[in-house]
Amino acid sequence: MPTISAPVPTVLHADVQTPRRRTPSRHRLRQVRRYILVILLALIFLFPLLTMVSTAFKLPSDVFHAPPSLWPKEWTLANFAEAFDQIPVWQYLANTLFISGMSVLGTVLACPLVAYALAKVRWRGAKPLLIVVLATMMLPPQVTMIPIFLIWNGLGAVGTYLPLIIPAFLGTPFFIFLIRQFLLGVPDELIEAARIDGASEFRTYATIVLPIARPAIITAAIFQFMWAWTDFLNPLIYLNDASTYTLSIGLYSFFGQNTVAWGPLMAACVLFTLPALLLFLLGQRFFIGGISTGALK
Amino acid sequence: MSLRRPASAQTILSSARKPGGRSSRRALWLGLAFASPFIIGFLFLFAYPIAASAFYSFTDFNLFQTPRWVGLDNYSQMFGNPTFWQSLGNTLYLTVIGVPLAIIISLAGAHLLNFPVKGQPLYRALVYLPSIVPIVVGGYLWRWLLNTQYGFLNYFLGLFGIDGPAWLQEPDWTKPAILLMTFWTVGGTTIIYLAALKDVPQELYEAAEIDGAGAWRRFLNVTWPMISPVTLFQVIVTLIAFLQIFTQPFILAQERLNTPSAGPGGSMLTFAMSLYQNAFAFLKMGYASGMAWVLFVLTLVITLIVLATSKKWVHSANN
Repeated sequence: MPTISAPVPTVLHADVQTPRRRTPSRHRLRQVRRYILVILLALIFLFPLLTMVSTAFKLPSDVFHAPPSLWPKEWTLANFAEAFDQIPVWQYLANTLFISGMSVLGTVLACPLVAYALAKVRWRGAKPLLIVVLATMMLPPQVTMIPIFLIWNGLGAVGTYLPLIIPAFLGTPFFIFLIRQFLLGVPDELIEAARIDGASEFRTYATIVLPIARPAIITAAIFQFMWAWTDFLNPLIYLNDASTYTLSIGLYSFFGQNTVAWGPLMAACVLFTLPALLLFLLGQRFFIGGISTGALK
Repeated sequence: MSLRRPASAQTILSSARKPGGRSSRRALWLGLAFASPFIIGFLFLFAYPIAASAFYSFTDFNLFQTPRWVGLDNYSQMFGNPTFWQSLGNTLYLTVIGVPLAIIISLAGAHLLNFPVKGQPLYRALVYLPSIVPIVVGGYLWRWLLNTQYGFLNYFLGLFGIDGPAWLQEPDWTKPAILLMTFWTVGGTTIIYLAALKDVPQELYEAAEIDGAGAWRRFLNVTWPMISPVTLFQVIVTLIAFLQIFTQPFILAQERLNTPSAGPGGSMLTFAMSLYQNAFAFLKMGYASGMAWVLFVLTLVITLIVLATSKKWVHSANN
């Protein structure tokens, strides 16, 4: 295994003539160093989240105490109670969940249809449309942001959830591409067999293609949920009534004129993060697969 | 949408192979039907908005009156506006420092995660974990970590005898603070690198080892060329993300709910934030549309430059 940080092992030249295992003690030392480095790496990334959780469970006197400590002197739920007092946490959670759920529904309905047209229907438009899908993925969202806002404004839909939900029902280029790549790997024979049996094209799609594409569709659904759940820009543009806020924009209520209610804010942050964390733990293999799809295929 | 198809293998094959004729027209309708959600989406969310945005960029438009044609006024105004240059400078600062460092951190992290140790999936999950945290939560969390009185960062620096700066109050330190926060979420890039490292054929390392190459030589001569196509992809994706950076600086500088704050001395106002400010706070829709096109052209030119240099450093399987 090559490492960037490890110094060049001097034992290497001795190994050249007679390849053999390194002496056990040297090997063990090297292995210990590897454990230390990789655990340190994981801790650096984890640490901020630990401080979030610990602050959420601290008493105010403990929150505003220098030097900071990771372990609360006394564990308390007071910040959570305070958070629920200051902002309608349940309402915001429900709003965020509704938008995310509808976006997932839209993605799951629309993206596989389009992906099927790109991967398995032999028609003239498949190639040009694929190029269009890829091109739209490259376009900075800032270019279309203003006219899209003006369209929704003209339709009187600013302030409703429609601008946050409807686009998902029209297919997201990245997910269309992801599912198309998956479908390319599905043998045509499976689909042809159903066609020969006289199944309509849509029936073939619904009974053969959709079940096969399930892993790719689940990956798209998970990512869509995460995007919608954590989205900041779109709720910021389109939501203007406090009762419709998502948590992303509702959290700012903890910022006062001169002070910040750090304890309750961190408590609300914990609640906001938990559903995403849960989804991550349940669908980890889809995450890892989805992240790699874009880069390696 | 149940388009019935004659159930003979003959027609299926001919529809698949032969261009023209009835069956290919059927296939065309079929393709259009299945692709229709995206075709509608493309027209309303891409094609029309792109054309409209280009048009608005040549108009004076404040949302309440009809757009008034002003030619290149928006663009000349932009180039004479110090805020435009400052936001561009801030964005380029973050990009020029951020992209190489993000790549180096991800690659180093991937190397560590690739060690043959027990619990690899756990360490990998922990490194990726910050990337699933809502970005707003991450932003507020970093404001807390960067707090000069009660934050952990300056406390840790203090342990090493370093007197930490007032990160979010001193103009010189706000951008390093933004970068720190973005480096915390390089988990996705790291995992892509990890997959690339696992794809490098083991024989190449064995061959290099027999040639007496040390760890650093093996990295330079085997790993780096073998993963260079992935590096190209990562550089471009990271580059685009930094050029469009919005939420992280917005949250770290936030002083009001829905208008971007520029931070001390304007040091945190990025291009995308300034664009948002012009569009939705000042309602200068034409000017903001012009800024969007400047951003697009900038992104395109930088991406093309990276692609043009890539022939020199990206190893292809053919040669």
